Amino acid sequence: MSVPALMSRTSFVELNARERARALLDVGSFRELLGPFDRIESPWLARQNIVPQADDGVVVARGTIGGVAAVVIAIEGAFQGGSTGEVSGAKIAGALELAAKDAEAGKPIRPVLVFETGGVRLQEANLGLAAMADVHAAVVALRAHVPVVGVIAGMIGCFGGMGITAGLVSRLIVTKQARLGLNGPEVIEQNAGVEELDSRDRPLIWSLTGGEQRHAVGLADDLVADDADALADAVRAAFDRGAPAEHASERIAFWRARLDRLPAAPEGMALRKLWTGDRP
Amino acid sequence: MERFELRFSGNAPLVGRAHVGVVASGDLEVLMEPANETVVSVRTSVDGFEKVWRATLERFFARHPVAARIEINDSGATPGVVSLRLAQALERTKA
Amino acid sequence: MSATMSATSSSRGRTWFEALGRGAPRIDGGPASVLAADVAIGDETVRMISVVTNPDNRFPRAREGEVGLDEGWGVAARVREVFGPEKHPILAIVDVPSQAYGRAEELYGIHLACAAAADAYASARLAGHPVVSLVVGRALSGAFLAHGYQANRVLALDDPKISIHAMGKQAAARVTKRSVEQLEKLGEEILPLAYDVRSFAKLGLVHELIGGVDADAPSAEDAAKVTARIAAAIADARSGPRDLSSRLTSREARENRAASIRVREALAAQWG
Repeated sequence: MSVPALMSRTSFVELNARERARALLDVGSFRELLGPFDRIESPWLARQNIVPQADDGVVVARGTIGGVAAVVIAIEGAFQGGSTGEVSGAKIAGALELAAKDAEAGKPIRPVLVFETGGVRLQEANLGLAAMADVHAAVVALRAHVPVVGVIAGMIGCFGGMGITAGLVSRLIVTKQARLGLNGPEVIEQNAGVEELDSRDRPLIWSLTGGEQRHAVGLADDLVADDADALADAVRAAFDRGAPAEHASERIAFWRARLDRLPAAPEGMALRKLWTGDRP
Repeated sequence: MERFELRFSGNAPLVGRAHVGVVASGDLEVLMEPANETVVSVRTSVDGFEKVWRATLERFFARHPVAARIEINDSGATPGVVSLRLAQALERTKA
Repeated sequence: MSATMSATSSSRGRTWFEALGRGAPRIDGGPASVLAADVAIGDETVRMISVVTNPDNRFPRAREGEVGLDEGWGVAARVREVFGPEKHPILAIVDVPSQAYGRAEELYGIHLACAAAADAYASARLAGHPVVSLVVGRALSGAFLAHGYQANRVLALDDPKISIHAMGKQAAARVTKRSVEQLEKLGEEILPLAYDVRSFAKLGLVHELIGGVDADAPSAEDAAKVTARIAAAIADARSGPRDLSSRLTSREARENRAASIRVREALAAQWG
């Protein structure tokens, strides 16, 4: 990249959720739903002496992408680790359900999920998990009509039940700073021991679940530089491409065949040699 | 977590409302909107600092005597960060 | 660690699969930890699926009944085989202690394996197959999201050993920096934090709690009683919506998932 191009780059990773939603929507089209002044915050956090946030850490924004009606749902990773509580989860699921209603009625809609989360908020435990099931249900229902595009920028990444959501989207865009998995490294170390996974071994963690690795083995579709304009371009291109013939989570024979070809040890580079070609 | 409400005398009207910041470690969110009297509702993760909050807010309203309803959700921000966020919020109300 | 794991592991998933299956032949296709059979319930042919322990599992982290890579994809395969014009019901028998926590699991995409299972159940439901889950033991975290939580109707045995939760107690205590005792006390005050099935049912997420059966060693009468409740849930699901909206309409949901309802109403009003 040339020096002027580098100078004009805006890091997407460094943007907060609201700025991220704005960056992905066409210029001037951003309109937030259930913003901070609607004050629908978590009913559960203050009762546990935890300071809530007025938007519960999820930004839902209507607008257009490439001139087509859109909704961007962006998770704020800085608030409670981007965790899914009752309200934040209902915002995500509810927005997807409304998008599905539009899509079923033949109205164009371009839904985007911007992940930045460790998964269910344990301070709201069962209601976070219930909301997660609603989110999964809504993505599956919606993507039958229109593609659902997911973005993982980093630095938190996308884990827990939301990692499953990332597995359900029609097209997944990641940066090198992204990580994607089901169980975060700390949780694995706590449950299975440090000999299973040393959560402080950052190079190892990135070699397993980092954006570059996920893209190399076909667990992410696009690897994009950490640049707001580049990510907006990638999101538009994903919609222009349309829905895949088969979603990754439907390709049972393909992925089971891959699981029959595993390296001697679970190492990222070794896996890249085996899982090449026939990119889903 | 501690919550308290502080009142100040301010009469300069606000043009619009503004929201800035995130409830993240060392940071806070500020919701600022026009009102007839100046009331600041604070929720903070750090207990026992009401006096410091009062002093910080007094300095802000001495410089900007606005009539505003302000809500603050704080996760252990320093007085410097609090002042910065308040100034940012006020600036955004003019946008 | 493994000592505590086996101490809490149970075989209820297999016990209830056999009790409800009444000798129906196992459907092959693997892995050994995913049991499947087609069983007649009333006029219906129901595909039953249960994830069970397997000490020989090729992935060591999935030997205690966890949902791992092979289990996620295996469940998805068994569900999708049923897809067709006849809309046979699907029954998920749920006793899953967790998803598999391991390095290999992460590298090989366990998130996608769990997505495949959730996708299959959700797609079945949307296509008009009644999907019922019967919680007979633990329904924890990502494992429940993959196997059971996409059902039209969630049934659970009314039994003290049933646990439905976002994370196991010990792990949740570590992550939230609380003691297990603190966590249990909080659960008494704050409903969504509770681990017992009766508290869970107060969230409006359970269609029916089935009491008066021996959850560890069901008799033929117990199995018949539960089968009747499954049949009723299937019939109910056939006449209800294909999405999960029924989880928000009960009196319990209106009381204890009020914010979930309010958020949806407010979003719809502002959607434009």
